[in-house]
Amino acid sequence: MIPEIGYFSLTLALVLSVLLCIFPLWGAHTGNLRLMRAAPSLAVGQFMFVLISFAALIYASLTDDFTVAYVAYHSSSTLPWYYKITSTWGGHEGAILLWLVMQAGWTAVVAMRSRSLPWILRARVLGVLGFLGVGFMLYTLLMSSPFELLLPYYPVEGRDLNPLLQDPGMIIHPPLLYMGYVGLSVSFSFAIAALLTGKLDNSWAKWSRPWTMTAWGFLTLGLTIGSWWAYSELGWGGWWFWDPVENAALMPWLVATALLHSLSVTEKRGVFKSWTVLLAIAGFSLSLLGTFIVRSGIIVSVHAFATDPDRGLFILAFLAVVVGGALTLYAFRVAQVRSEGRYKLVSREVALWLNNIFLVVATFVVLLGTLLPMVHKEMGLGSISIGEPFFNKMFAIILVPFAILMGIGPLLRWKQNKWGFLQNKMLFCAIVSIAVTSAWLFSSYDVVAPLTLLATTLAVWIVVTTGVDLYVKATIQTSFSQGLKRLDLSYWAMVLGHVGIAFIIAGVTLTSAYSVERDVSMKPGEVVQLNQYQYRFEGVNTIRGANYSGHAGEVSVLKNDKLETILHAEKRRYDIGMQFMTEAAIDAGFTRDLYLALGEQLSNGGWSLRIYHKPFVRWMWIGGMLVSLAGFLILGDKRYRSNKKREQTAAQEAI
Amino acid sequence: MNPRRKKRLLAVTAVVFGIGAVIGLVLYALQENINLFYTPSELIDGKGPNHEKPHIGQKLRIGGMVVPGSVIRDESSLEVSFKLIDTGPLVTIRYQGILPDLFREGQGIVAQGVLVEPDVIEAFEVLAKHDEEYMPAEVAEAVKGIKHEKPKYNLDSGN
Repeated sequence: MIPEIGYFSLTLALVLSVLLCIFPLWGAHTGNLRLMRAAPSLAVGQFMFVLISFAALIYASLTDDFTVAYVAYHSSSTLPWYYKITSTWGGHEGAILLWLVMQAGWTAVVAMRSRSLPWILRARVLGVLGFLGVGFMLYTLLMSSPFELLLPYYPVEGRDLNPLLQDPGMIIHPPLLYMGYVGLSVSFSFAIAALLTGKLDNSWAKWSRPWTMTAWGFLTLGLTIGSWWAYSELGWGGWWFWDPVENAALMPWLVATALLHSLSVTEKRGVFKSWTVLLAIAGFSLSLLGTFIVRSGIIVSVHAFATDPDRGLFILAFLAVVVGGALTLYAFRVAQVRSEGRYKLVSREVALWLNNIFLVVATFVVLLGTLLPMVHKEMGLGSISIGEPFFNKMFAIILVPFAILMGIGPLLRWKQNKWGFLQNKMLFCAIVSIAVTSAWLFSSYDVVAPLTLLATTLAVWIVVTTGVDLYVKATIQTSFSQGLKRLDLSYWAMVLGHVGIAFIIAGVTLTSAYSVERDVSMKPGEVVQLNQYQYRFEGVNTIRGANYSGHAGEVSVLKNDKLETILHAEKRRYDIGMQFMTEAAIDAGFTRDLYLALGEQLSNGGWSLRIYHKPFVRWMWIGGMLVSLAGFLILGDKRYRSNKKREQTAAQEAI
Repeated sequence: MNPRRKKRLLAVTAVVFGIGAVIGLVLYALQENINLFYTPSELIDGKGPNHEKPHIGQKLRIGGMVVPGSVIRDESSLEVSFKLIDTGPLVTIRYQGILPDLFREGQGIVAQGVLVEPDVIEAFEVLAKHDEEYMPAEVAEAVKGIKHEKPKYNLDSGN
């Protein structure tokens, strides 16, 4: 009964989204205000029905309704309740339904928070969002319904959620990532609506900016948590694999980062307009491409779901319609766009333009590295893989000028600057960064590779220049403490974002350079020394969990003969499917992580253990958190809050 | 040329040069990091219409089924060696470290490593998938004739 309600309500949502696609767009075209006014309620209605449908799936999963194929394949009665909920997005069909919830949710929020927009634009934004909703709902209903039934022969027990996914990371990582992915559709819709209207002025950029920032914040957080999850769950101590699916999420992030920088130029200076629109289109197109890559089954990846060529084909066709349509419209309209501002070579405009160039180049590198193996295979040239060194090398090369620029950019003013004015500050910052970094690294480590020194210096450089800029901006007219309060939130967002990136650079550099890894075979009582820590293997106990059994290895970690911590690394075997899982033990710290994974028992009675010492690995995720915080901070900015006031007055006028 | 055009020309030249440099770098980096995929028989008999064999020292990926009974572990260290098969000849893989959770005899795996002898690979990475019925797509494709038959021998079910 409940699953039928879910399916039925999704069908109703499809009907509403078809109306949402047609009414406002037609209304905006013909100037019919009544049709346009239907848009917000349609958007909210669509969201309600999608939500009911999602709730039905969660209910089916919680009540172990194995007549539903999706629940039978992705859940089991022994699963704890929170993983039963999580299992609703642990498989393909459910993940797409979650995507729909997000899509409809964003549409509803846009509908409610866009009262200050002129009706023509508002209707078009919602209409385009409705169109995207139609695409995804058709896909769900026709190709991947999570409500398929297994009647009359249904299993008494489900197949269980993949043990890899039974982790707190799974609870939050996909929803956050999808929030980001789908959020980019709002930037996309704003761009398309602006193109349809033919008015690409800076008010368009102003409206689009908070949405883009929020979506980008979610995307950043999703990526950060995904990286942390891989690190803690996979048992390899790795945090980024350049896996096609990771790349698929990284590409929209890179473009969205370029987009929000470009949006700020368009908003404040009225230039780069057509470029900004193009980025907004590209951002969402890449997140669709990412979906295609993940769902179509053309890749081999740890993330790949059970796949089906028809589904891939549908998404490819949808991608073609969305991207093709958007680019055609762009081609027709872009000639009318004119830049308003003028600027010289040494100016913030040019710095941000370069920022965009670097980010787009980085996107192309990832795109090439991801698609080339697929193209190669489709052309029948055999199977190849592109190794991590390719990505690492390319990103290292791009990073150097990019990080230098990140330091200089904020110091620059709009329009033009005098070199002499900058020279002193930059020289000062450069000397300070080199001195600080050298003192830090040479005092802590015996060997400092030139590249490590360079990359760490760049991270420190970003922090120093940001600090100097903060000081200068705060002390323009008043004392430092007074001035700090007067800086607006979008400035603080920039500071946080840049410092966050500096943390990520430092974390990645230092953990790559100074991580120590050792695979050992140990018998109880034996001691291994790794850096300044001694690891004493105490032995192995058998353990029993709700839906698994296994072994737990206990290792005492000593530093200067004092007990630092005790690590429990588990090797689990899940009852259903008999899958093995390594549950690593991690002692987290600000400057280092101690990481232990239990291998198998050897024939001589010992156990194989993998021990890592990972310095500064946590800085990456701290950095990622700071960056995503920057995305959310802009929501509190006065310029966007003033929207609310206008909204209220607009609402009053409407009454 | 008026100053504005001159500036534009300068910008365009810079962009063209930049793109050129980037493409050059990318291709150079790619060349070094493309790893070809082989099956055991392709490794021995050569790959493609020209029967190209990999040369000693080449970095490559190999996928096949672990031959039951071929896994030899060293008593004191974590060194392990095993043989891979698809349809014909066997290839020996040597690896030092902890094998993935789902590494089992009779299971399809993918290893990445360096060819040290014509039929021996020193692997630095061994991948197995977290699924009982799973066979890496590349392996499945390579051994299409075999299909997904369950191995006939008895697997040690106690591990």
